[in-house]
Amino acid sequence: MNLIEKILAAHAGLKEVRPGQIVTASVDVALANELSGIAAIEEFRRVGATKVWNPEGIVVVPDHFTPAKDIRTAEICKKLREWVWEQEIPHYFEVGRGGIEHTVLPDEGLTLPGQLIIGGDSHTVTYGAVGAFACGVGSTDLAAAWITGEIWLKVPDSIRLVFEGRPGRHCFAKDLILFAVKNLSVEGARYKCVKYEGSAVKALHMTGRFTMCNMTAEMGGKCGYIEPDETTMEYLRSTPARDRKFAPLRDDPGTPFGETREFDVEGLEPQVSCPPSPDQVVPVSAVPKVRLDQVFIGSCTNGRIEDLRLAAEILRGRKVHPRTRLIVVPGSQRVYLQALKEGIIETFVVAGGAVSTPTCGACVGGHMGVIADGESCLSTTNRNFVGRMGHVNAKTFLANPAVAAASAVAGTIVHPDSVLTPSRVAVP
Amino acid sequence: MTLRGRVPKHGPQHQNLPVNFWCAMSLRGQVWKYGNNVDTDVIMPGRYCHITDAKELAKHVLEDLDAAFAGEVRSGDVVVGGNNFGCGSSREVAPMGLKTAGVSCVVANSFARIFFRNCINIGLPIVESPEFASKCAKGDEVEIDLEKGELRNLTNGAKAAIPPYPPEIRAIIDAGGLMNYIKRKIAKV
Ligand code: SF4
Repeated sequence: MNLIEKILAAHAGLKEVRPGQIVTASVDVALANELSGIAAIEEFRRVGATKVWNPEGIVVVPDHFTPAKDIRTAEICKKLREWVWEQEIPHYFEVGRGGIEHTVLPDEGLTLPGQLIIGGDSHTVTYGAVGAFACGVGSTDLAAAWITGEIWLKVPDSIRLVFEGRPGRHCFAKDLILFAVKNLSVEGARYKCVKYEGSAVKALHMTGRFTMCNMTAEMGGKCGYIEPDETTMEYLRSTPARDRKFAPLRDDPGTPFGETREFDVEGLEPQVSCPPSPDQVVPVSAVPKVRLDQVFIGSCTNGRIEDLRLAAEILRGRKVHPRTRLIVVPGSQRVYLQALKEGIIETFVVAGGAVSTPTCGACVGGHMGVIADGESCLSTTNRNFVGRMGHVNAKTFLANPAVAAASAVAGTIVHPDSVLTPSRVAVP
Repeated sequence: MTLRGRVPKHGPQHQNLPVNFWCAMSLRGQVWKYGNNVDTDVIMPGRYCHITDAKELAKHVLEDLDAAFAGEVRSGDVVVGGNNFGCGSSREVAPMGLKTAGVSCVVANSFARIFFRNCINIGLPIVESPEFASKCAKGDEVEIDLEKGELRNLTNGAKAAIPPYPPEIRAIIDAGGLMNYIKRKIAKV
């Protein structure tokens, strides 16, 4: 069995599971944000439930429209908070103490290798980076799990993506995953479990691994994972997970995979996804010239400290293009504080960027950076569907934080090298 | 029992039907046909995701893909999609918006997994049938007999069988959605 099958079997009380089998499994963590949470709470109450199965197993993070963008969202957050208090749920992250759910949970030591995690958010798949089974569900599934501590799941088919080689300059985890999304399309991993491996994955720090597993959702994957190794363990030891018990699992040697794809990423150029779909990916040098109205750096895909460092390195001593707006949103309060300590926030502000408190905000077209009719935005987020970040006629391009920062300076989508070494572009 | 005809907008009659209506009747309506990879962001744009009133949500359903839909959809109508229908965000307001607007069933070549689960869970009939989906055009009159497991296009005579659901999913459908299923399960304990 592979790692995911082992987790599913263990949580279903079975010795073995096979792809296609439907199992009822116990849940370790059931996560909600304010949007999935509020609907789940309604369902929870509607069937007359009074007590959750295990308050410790529930994590609640209001992040999509927080700090409350209007009265309606304020009311939602109020109801959410009151339910959390009523149910005595310890893992609740109030505005100012949390951030974006998928950035917060691992850093707080709430996602462990070998766990079965469900979340009322499609990017719950992010936690596969620590070797957990993690998948997104809707509100009703969430409510049912809150009551019973269980969920039915189909054991997914598997697909193995092997990345070999050393990517080129300014090419990071985001580019590896965009490259994979391009090759597989937005439905290439539909219903499947995606394993990421190879020398290029092995070389990634945890931030990069979170980025890759996060975008499993953009290929339709049920879950994604990277086998825990020394990098994983070192990261876990740096979080409150160090005080918790867990046993990292690995694939059985020689375990079969439904499909294997190999990607030669030696010298890979940074990749850019063009609207209106995440799989419309081209190398940055092939992006048609587009004047950028906005650049957004943040989200659960690229809002960690390493991401902000990349962007700051490029923006230090430079200015955002006069016709372009730059919005930077740290993924969590922890990241925000670290960025403050390192002077990174100052770099963004001096460069002419707006820095906001951690929130999903602009990523979901909610608030704090919604784009207008006909505008173009380059974003480090994971989706560029029609209307995703604002007006239905607005365009969103996806890229890594270095490309985003450089493009904010240029006012158009460029390779970071062209900003870092201006002489190169000046010479005809 | 057949569900058809024009009903007051956003006042779907099937909401008041018995919980196991999924398998107790046939559904009939006109086809709204869309392509591949219809994502939940266009089904229910993020800017409306903080709305908790289902009727208000229904006014915006599919707005970014087909602005005419919410105003013209009639109770009983069927949404037919291509591959990977409902991909993207886990937002349950997407199928909820379709259901509240009066959509009686969603048929597609294939579905994204969270959307599929959400439909089963909230009791919105969902059928994966590339065979039938390819034979439907916008405005066709179709009838879906969930009891007999048959899809019929009354406009062009095409027919297809509804593939059977695994027993675990069937049990949720029969209960009329996940929460009813859970309620019964708890009651038994
Ligand atoms: S940052 Fe964007 S993709 Fe991530 S959880 Fe928030 S809305 Fe979803």
